[in-house]
Amino acid sequence: MTGVPFHQPRPVMAPGPLVALLAPLLPLGGVAGHSVGFVDSPVALAGLALLVGALLLRRLAVGALSEAAILLIGVAAGYGATLRLLADGVVPEAGAWLLLLGATLLLGRVLRLLAEVSGPARHACPALFGLAILLLWEILTRGLQIPAILLPPPSAIAAAFATNAADLWDDFRQTVLISVLRGYLLGCGAGFAVAILADRVPFLARGLLPLGNLASAIPVVGIAPIMVMWFGFDWQSKAAVIVVMTFFPMLINTLAGLASAERIQLDLMRSYAAGYWRSLLLLRLPCALPFLFNGLKINSTLALIGAIVAEFFGTPVVGMGFRISTQVARMNLDVVWASITVAALTGSLLYGALALAERRVTAWHPSFRKR
Amino acid sequence: MPAAPSPSLPPSLPPSLTAVPPPAPFAEPGRTIVDVRNLTLTYQAADHPVYALSDVSLSIAQGDFISLIGPSGCGKTTLMRVIADLEQPTSGTVLVNGMTPEQARLKRAYGYVFQAPALYPWRTVERNVTLPLEIMGTPRAERQTRAREQLERVGLAGFERKFPWQLSGGMQQRVSIARALAFNPDLLLMDEPFGALDEITRDHLNLQLTQLWRRTRKTCVFVTHSIAEAVFLSTRIVVMSPRPGRILDVIDCARELPPERTLDIRESPEFQRIAHRVREGLMEGHSYDD
Ligand SMILES: Nc1ncnc2c1ncn2[C@@H]1O[C@H](COP(=O)(O)OP(=O)(O)OP(=O)(O)O)[C@@H](O)[C@H]1O
Ligand SMILES: [Mg+2]
Repeated sequence: MTGVPFHQPRPVMAPGPLVALLAPLLPLGGVAGHSVGFVDSPVALAGLALLVGALLLRRLAVGALSEAAILLIGVAAGYGATLRLLADGVVPEAGAWLLLLGATLLLGRVLRLLAEVSGPARHACPALFGLAILLLWEILTRGLQIPAILLPPPSAIAAAFATNAADLWDDFRQTVLISVLRGYLLGCGAGFAVAILADRVPFLARGLLPLGNLASAIPVVGIAPIMVMWFGFDWQSKAAVIVVMTFFPMLINTLAGLASAERIQLDLMRSYAAGYWRSLLLLRLPCALPFLFNGLKINSTLALIGAIVAEFFGTPVVGMGFRISTQVARMNLDVVWASITVAALTGSLLYGALALAERRVTAWHPSFRKR
Repeated sequence: MPAAPSPSLPPSLPPSLTAVPPPAPFAEPGRTIVDVRNLTLTYQAADHPVYALSDVSLSIAQGDFISLIGPSGCGKTTLMRVIADLEQPTSGTVLVNGMTPEQARLKRAYGYVFQAPALYPWRTVERNVTLPLEIMGTPRAERQTRAREQLERVGLAGFERKFPWQLSGGMQQRVSIARALAFNPDLLLMDEPFGALDEITRDHLNLQLTQLWRRTRKTCVFVTHSIAEAVFLSTRIVVMSPRPGRILDVIDCARELPPERTLDIRESPEFQRIAHRVREGLMEGHSYDD
């Protein structure tokens, strides 16, 4: 899969990345008011030379993977030279931006090559994509001198992360390990239990489902202050907000899952004179598993949002929502971004873990199974 | 893939089975197992009623092998479902072992092979076969032995750990037959169990089924679209016709054909004569349509 067969002509490459060749004709940038030319900067020249060299050397490659590796050297040279210039205090101008543009266009080719690769290397494409976004973010915010209040560069966020590690850990413990976990388990558990009850008592389902639509429209900023008044500043109010947000998604998904067993599968249970609980355990719950996981995954993100928003309305002096609201007020946006990063990572890890568990538990489901 | 099943006896069956079987101890020939009287069933479809069964009467004795044959939509499945208490009749009475179908179902009086395999995709083949045993509280070790035995009977030894979706349609249907046999019910209701199989596998399983029936004298109700299969297996053949579903003819095969049957019997003049009569009946039912 990785190699382009020899007898096939190598796809001709449009000369996009070669725009970088125009860079030497333009001013590179300024240092302390003085303009620096492209040819004056060994770093810029080396970067350009490596980029063009990689373009020429790609003919030596024997497969998509090695071609991508060669081109990647050019990309790294372009990005590296720009970063080096920034570190040297150069304010980039047209020449430097053209070099960056050339490197980015080259990266586009690398990603296209890697998108078709199978095996462990297939993870390279999304990883490189993410890394490139981070680098571009860094270069653009610093090169265009964007105020840190608007958007700090990733390096500043990482630095804030390191200096505030202890605080961020305490926030994580308070928000995720205490509030979210308890609220999530309570909300999902209650939704599941009431769904089982409603399955036995049909009027409950009929009465609750319209309420569910209503509840899903409740704005979290509306109920959060109320819950803080009811349950106080500590985790209980956050858990209450999470329960309100997660209860109905779980209820609705469980009910849909329980109704998803096919008639002939139910007839089989009936023919064995299996009772309610037995057919629930042996047939209807396994059928409902994909739906249950759907509810759990939706709720994992809802719970985190709920806890953070609720902390805006009152909390002991710790917690991710507390940190964000106080640091915004003090203009410490890098700490805010560090908190956001923790929240985003937590959310994706939670979701990813659930998706992985789903894949293991419902491997039989048509959407996962392999022959 | 398993080795192509041969129509000969599998090693699991002792050779004595080819001789006249000893009478099963519980067999009391003649006792009525299923008694259907003036059964009518009308489905209330969205726009108009569907007369699925009309004034059907049928009595099935202990040890009978009854085949239901008739054009698609004539109510064969519906009749079986009423006997199995999966459908409520509009009028008429049905008794199974002298009880209402519901009481009989609660006593697990029958094993049902559905028209579709109805396997649970999250269970392996073996655990699908042990499902009824699990529900009925059979100990684990015995569950496994019985499942293996029945899977071997239907030619699926070695597939225990596979999942249903890794099997072909015909193999899945054979798993569902093994599942119905696993808990050893006295009454077997089989809805086109061999419909999805190739001719050779079908012959093999026909032979297996007739031997099983002769050995155990289970009462069988069997739906098929194949005249040869019906004549080969049955003591009596019930010919049905559609719109409304009713019984046209009941043909006794036990009088002319011997109880122990081999595939050769299909060449005999008696066999041909009965097959001819079934065909006449079916054609009569079809002409009714036009
Ligand atoms: N649940 C139902 N609701 C409404 N009509 C039904 C239902 N089940 C079956 N019918 C109708 O009843 C009639 C008899 O159906 P049945 O399934 O018993 O036929 P069958 O003889 O088993 O046919 P086949 O050989 O195709 O399996 C058909 O006309 C069918 O459309
Ligand atoms: Mg049918």
